[in-house]
Amino acid sequence: MVPVISGVTCPVCGSFCDDIELVVKNNAITDVKNACAVGVAKFLNYTNHRHVIPLIRKNGELVETSLDEAVRKSAEILVDATYPILYGWSSTSCEAIRVGLELAEEVGGVIDNTSTICHGPSILSIQDIGISSCTLGQLRHRADIVIYWGSNPWSAHPRHIERYTAFSTGRFQATAWRGYLSRLGAILTKKRLMRAVNLVLRRDVSAPPGIDRRLPYSLFRKGRKMIVVDVRRTRSAELADYFLQVEPNSDYELLQAFRMLIRDEELDVDEVAGVPVEILEEVADIMIGCELGILFFGLGLTMTKGKLRNIDAALSLVRDLNQRTKFLIMPMRGHFNVTGANVVFTWQTGYPYAVDFSQGFPRYNPGETSMIDILCRGESDAGLIIASDPVAHFPREAAQNLVKNPLIVIDPEVTPTSLMADVVIPSAFVGIEVEGTAYRMDHVPLPLKKVVEPPENCLSDVEILQRILREARRIRRRYN
Amino acid sequence: MPKLKVSLLTGRTIDQGKGKEFGKLSEEYWKSVAICEMDPNDIKELGIRENDSIKITTDFGSAVVRAVKSKRTPHPKVVFIPYGPWASLIMNPRTHGTGMPSLKGIPAEIEPAPKERVLSLPELLKEHYARE
Repeated sequence: MVPVISGVTCPVCGSFCDDIELVVKNNAITDVKNACAVGVAKFLNYTNHRHVIPLIRKNGELVETSLDEAVRKSAEILVDATYPILYGWSSTSCEAIRVGLELAEEVGGVIDNTSTICHGPSILSIQDIGISSCTLGQLRHRADIVIYWGSNPWSAHPRHIERYTAFSTGRFQATAWRGYLSRLGAILTKKRLMRAVNLVLRRDVSAPPGIDRRLPYSLFRKGRKMIVVDVRRTRSAELADYFLQVEPNSDYELLQAFRMLIRDEELDVDEVAGVPVEILEEVADIMIGCELGILFFGLGLTMTKGKLRNIDAALSLVRDLNQRTKFLIMPMRGHFNVTGANVVFTWQTGYPYAVDFSQGFPRYNPGETSMIDILCRGESDAGLIIASDPVAHFPREAAQNLVKNPLIVIDPEVTPTSLMADVVIPSAFVGIEVEGTAYRMDHVPLPLKKVVEPPENCLSDVEILQRILREARRIRRRYN
Repeated sequence: MPKLKVSLLTGRTIDQGKGKEFGKLSEEYWKSVAICEMDPNDIKELGIRENDSIKITTDFGSAVVRAVKSKRTPHPKVVFIPYGPWASLIMNPRTHGTGMPSLKGIPAEIEPAPKERVLSLPELLKEHYARE
């Protein structure tokens, strides 16, 4: 009998699927069921390219060292710095984040999580305007209009559509999967016919590729429908009943145009953000006519021109829609525990990200105390990065200033950041080798399971941080 | 040499997601992120073929990546690079007081780079991030 471990949560994206089944033989995962391509890649390949021995930089080279030495050096770097930064946190457990906050307070540093370069603007807007949200289970059972705006779930949250929205089978809503299959069949038949006609006539008679803005019949019938609003046709857009293509950096205008239409005001222009007003009017009518609508928004809104103001408009649009029907909104959070990072930061300090302890008390001012701004101004003088890879994902100027100063990395994987570090402390994979808690994108806490034993000497993030904290306290006592 | 003014987007792809799980130093990761997805007509306009090197320049830097044909068209003059060290070289770090840099919709210019090679990850780190 092969041991199958069921009900495993997937430590990859914000969907945080909890129905994964793993086959484990001789302390190794040999098969994965129910996971998406990214989840399978993680469960089957997590042992490749990983650190198992602590490293320390000597004469420009990373050399092996003991865990005690690596912890001592890390604590020294953090205590000696005047403005250290502690960044990452979204791919580790809530328990580790809690210890991290204690460490940040102890060393008087700035602690920030990856929402700073993800849904930070969404948080600022939610603080301004408020949010009408829900759990994903409600949407699975009740939502009949699903809008993904500036988000490509097929790539970033591959099972989101299947588990929680359009393709899921809810108690009160049937899956839209069959509709998609028939649409796909029609597209393929049309392509084949065109190819045959071209072959017979020996010339290309297919229409030049253009944007087809006609609204399909499926949008007007009862039942579940999915609309994707994006600047380019993604795979998710192909799955949708309707794809609304918007010009880059014009989401704000489109959102405000929808707000006007929903309030029955007239638009004195022919098109907004490249979309004809007649189309917008029809889509607005469909939104008003729903029983329960949900607007999921992604980084297409937070990273483009307008940033938090785009989210202001989206939240306000949903507020307006609630005058006419029931509508909800939710950010598509990226990492599996980025929501948990915001939650733990908030219950410990009062603020969800970008928390500055340099004055001895928590201070929050994104734009000043947020990671990219601190790095671009060159203010920090040391860094601790945990479960994140800013050298790969921060703009060059910020990453260059990060690697200029002493850098500690706590991460199981070999990453560009760990290759540039001064101290590397390998940890065990949370959700595979150690347990913990994480929050799904709808703020539902779920357990991370331990399914295999970690390599010898690889401690959990919690234990590593506790050791650094103890050492930092010891050094500070000695200084005082 | 022809040049093309474009709007640059960055984002996730399923291949980038898989590639990072295979390991950042893996061939799969390099193949999935050191690329620029372009409209086939834009590739034609540059006078290059798929998989040729192109140099993409913004106000904040430049990077050499492989040009690949986008599977879903049309999106003329809009190009896409998956998140990763190559995209980060040309991102706009200015946050305008919000904490969030602009990572999508950045004005950029693309030109063919027949004599330049797409750097491997260790080469890129050495060239752009090595301490003096």
